[in-house]
Amino acid sequence: MPEKSGDLVQGTLEMLVLKTVALDPMHGYGIALRIEQVSHGVFRVNPGSLLPALSRMERAGRIKAEWRATENNRRARYYQLTEKGRKALKEERRQWGRQIDAINRILEA
Amino acid sequence: MFNNLIAGIRALFHRKQRNAEIHAELSSFLEASIDEKMRRGLSREQAEHAAHAEMASTESVRHKVWSASWESTAESLFQDLRFALRQLRRNPGFATTAILILTLGIAASVAIFSFVDAALIRPLPFQNASSLVILFENNSLGPRFHLSYKDYIDWKNQNTVFSNLEIYAPWGFMMQTPAGTQKADGALVSANFFRTLGVTPAIGRDFRPDEDQAGAARPVLLTYAGWQRLYGARADITGQTVVLDNQPNTIIGVLPRDFHFQPTEPADFFATERPDGACEKDRGCHNQFGLARLRPGVSLAAAMANMKNIAGRLALQYPDSNRDRGAFMLPITDLIVGDVRPILLVLLAGAALLLLIATVNVASLLLVRSETRKREIAVRGAIGASRARLLLQFVTEGVVLASVAGILGSVLACAVMRYAVGLVPKDMFASMPYLYSIGFNFRVFIFAALISFAAAALFSIIPAVRVTLSDLREDLNAGGRGAAGTVWRRFGSNLVVVELALAVVLLAGAGLLGKSFYRLLHVDTGLVPDHLATLQVSAQSPAYQQPPAQIALEREIQSRLSTLPGVRSIAFTSQLPLGDGDGTIDLDVFGGPPHKDLREVADREVSPGYFSTIRARLVRGRWFTEDEDSTKSRVGIINQQLAKQFFPGEDPIGQQVFSDSRSKSHIRIIGVISDIQEGQLDAAPRAAIYMPFNQAPDNDFAVILRTTQTEDAVLSSATAAIHSIDPVIAVHDPITMTQRLHDSPSAWFHRSSAWLVGCFAALALILSVVGLYGVISYSVSQRTREIGVRMALGAQRSSVYRLILREAGRLAFIGIAAGLLCSLAATTLLRSLLFRVQTWDVTTLAAVALTLGAAALLASYLPARRAASVNPTEALHAE
Repeated sequence: MPEKSGDLVQGTLEMLVLKTVALDPMHGYGIALRIEQVSHGVFRVNPGSLLPALSRMERAGRIKAEWRATENNRRARYYQLTEKGRKALKEERRQWGRQIDAINRILEA
Repeated sequence: MFNNLIAGIRALFHRKQRNAEIHAELSSFLEASIDEKMRRGLSREQAEHAAHAEMASTESVRHKVWSASWESTAESLFQDLRFALRQLRRNPGFATTAILILTLGIAASVAIFSFVDAALIRPLPFQNASSLVILFENNSLGPRFHLSYKDYIDWKNQNTVFSNLEIYAPWGFMMQTPAGTQKADGALVSANFFRTLGVTPAIGRDFRPDEDQAGAARPVLLTYAGWQRLYGARADITGQTVVLDNQPNTIIGVLPRDFHFQPTEPADFFATERPDGACEKDRGCHNQFGLARLRPGVSLAAAMANMKNIAGRLALQYPDSNRDRGAFMLPITDLIVGDVRPILLVLLAGAALLLLIATVNVASLLLVRSETRKREIAVRGAIGASRARLLLQFVTEGVVLASVAGILGSVLACAVMRYAVGLVPKDMFASMPYLYSIGFNFRVFIFAALISFAAAALFSIIPAVRVTLSDLREDLNAGGRGAAGTVWRRFGSNLVVVELALAVVLLAGAGLLGKSFYRLLHVDTGLVPDHLATLQVSAQSPAYQQPPAQIALEREIQSRLSTLPGVRSIAFTSQLPLGDGDGTIDLDVFGGPPHKDLREVADREVSPGYFSTIRARLVRGRWFTEDEDSTKSRVGIINQQLAKQFFPGEDPIGQQVFSDSRSKSHIRIIGVISDIQEGQLDAAPRAAIYMPFNQAPDNDFAVILRTTQTEDAVLSSATAAIHSIDPVIAVHDPITMTQRLHDSPSAWFHRSSAWLVGCFAALALILSVVGLYGVISYSVSQRTREIGVRMALGAQRSSVYRLILREAGRLAFIGIAAGLLCSLAATTLLRSLLFRVQTWDVTTLAAVALTLGAAALLASYLPARRAASVNPTEALHAE
């Protein structure tokens, strides 16, 4: 259902967010926008899942946030990967890779 | 982890700040979204609309962010708790009633459990107590009799099943001090006694293995209590000399504080048994008990078989003394707590039933309340509270109720425990040394926590069932117009049946125990106990070793006491009635064939005035005369039981009997009396022979005074009068016959169990009747409208009465009938505690049913009257 698709694969939101903020600090809407653009509109992240996830990850120490001015001269919370987050991202990617391989093997068998 | 905790706590305490943070984040997200959409060419209005549409409800997103962390769960729990407390506070009548009922139930259970713990759960203060056994000789009267020293030596040498076999004999020491002679308690034991128990003295040393031999020095061990009582716990205790029974002894040590050996309690001293005593040289003289430790891997049955073999061999080898005598053994725990175990278990069961009634009562209160709160619950459900959240609310309330009651109940139980221990008579307490350390310990705490938890679980489940079964939407518009709480009808009203049935069981138990206690106190003892005072005299000094001196002492005491005011008559006996029934001899009829069994009879040496003083009843023959002493031929008076056993269908007067363990001289029977109860009140009648004190005097005897005034006043003046003859004579254990009767172990056990179960039953009666009242009046309040309609249509007040009373009658009838059935099963537990009462005693059961029925009628009459006085107009208008 490529047209309607907006749902993420279960359990991947945190990994995608970590990857998204890995390069530059970004604010909440920026993260949502980036995920949508990079996935060519396949994944649409709504604020109802994104913001709680950000809050959870911040509490877990994987990202840290600070208020900064945006390009439009507004204020927003910019999220940035911590060392712990970097490790978590690495681990999640490894897991993901294994799962994808396994799924492919099953599908191609 | 740690940061998470800190951040969570900070968020909880700065709730506003955290909310503002979340809010700022949300608005910045929205703004960014709007900016982005305008950049793509939408108008500001369109962009705002689209952004809000994406966000759906900002409030729900805010809530989701808040809920993402643990502190939100904590907060909702806390809210529930506050709400629960507020609910309970707003309804103080309900809260107080529920907590009071539950506290009583928990306190009763915890207090009884603490006794069970002290007596049955806590291990005995011996090493590996499960392999310790107590050995007895059995004879025709029963299994638990003394064994003789010579038999002990043979048992010890011939058995293959024990790693140790020792002996002990409770002993009253006459302790000579500069202040006079006083009695000290304790026991004579063989040298390895304490090593067999696995107990080592706290101070000093144990007996050496050869210290129970004839020529050995005389060492004694002090118990901790004796060290405190007699020596003020002085530090330089070892090496001190103490004169016991005219012999100097050296104190070699003090036993540990927590040591107690129940069969010899109370105890101050332990001295060693010697093979050179008169009784010890006589195989037919039985004065010892055995203590043995099973070899590893040997079962009780195997040990028993081995001992039976040995006893059988000895019976063939020494037929004169050992005919009809065998060996018997019991695990040490059976001996020590065997008597109290059934009583404690019955009391624990009673307390559990009471707790169950209390819990059910509170649960039905909760159920009624959840009925009246169904609207509130429905509203909360309608505005979005999840079912889980609604259930959690009830769980919280249940937990609050149960924990408050659990804490209060435990506190009350501690007070009850202390009070109850104070009620135990001194002598009884000494025979239950395991109660010394009763208290609120860890196991009791766990027990209290468990029952509180169980109550909380029940309280949560019942309203939860209510919430799950009912339809919230229906509840929302329920103004009582629908059928009066179907859940309630189906479930709630039946709870009171359970209460009533349990109350019947408790009442039946209390009734049976009470009746049995009454029967026990009204047993025909063969004597008239009121205005009888007794005391023990022990004249151990060398001056009183010969019979003439002993007779002279008796006559002197007689003449001194008879001048005391308030003394009507005086008697002497070797042993008081209503004792342990011990003190027996083997008896045979002279000239007849040897008796096969039942040769063992109680023997008492009594003064001529004994029978008239205690007012025994002569059936045939005559009493003793004052001049029947050693110069005359031996005579005896027997009781009816002995006459029945030895002379069935014959006239016993003039018959001759003899006892082989004493001299073989013949005893001529001159009288028959109706049985005097020599043993405990509940003991079976036992054959007894009475002989004149003057023909077999002793320096250790009991004095009985028939008084014209209160016994206690005479007791103290009598003690002084005897001391005025010779201060060296020990006078001890003054007690009235009525006290002996009422404080005897059997009476005490019967009384305390009857009282306790009676209290439980009274509480159960009140609770169940109040429960029934509550159910009926709730039902009336629910049916007010229906009753109004009926009356408007012409129903008479009498038919309204009938309507309500029929409902109550049905519940009461089912409850009482079920209870009677349960009682028949439950009271079989009581069988071992009952005295001359059957477990299915019809009058008791009928009385219980009538009492409860009458109380139930009263409890339902009040609400029925309220129902009948309903004003139809008002009832129909009432919403």
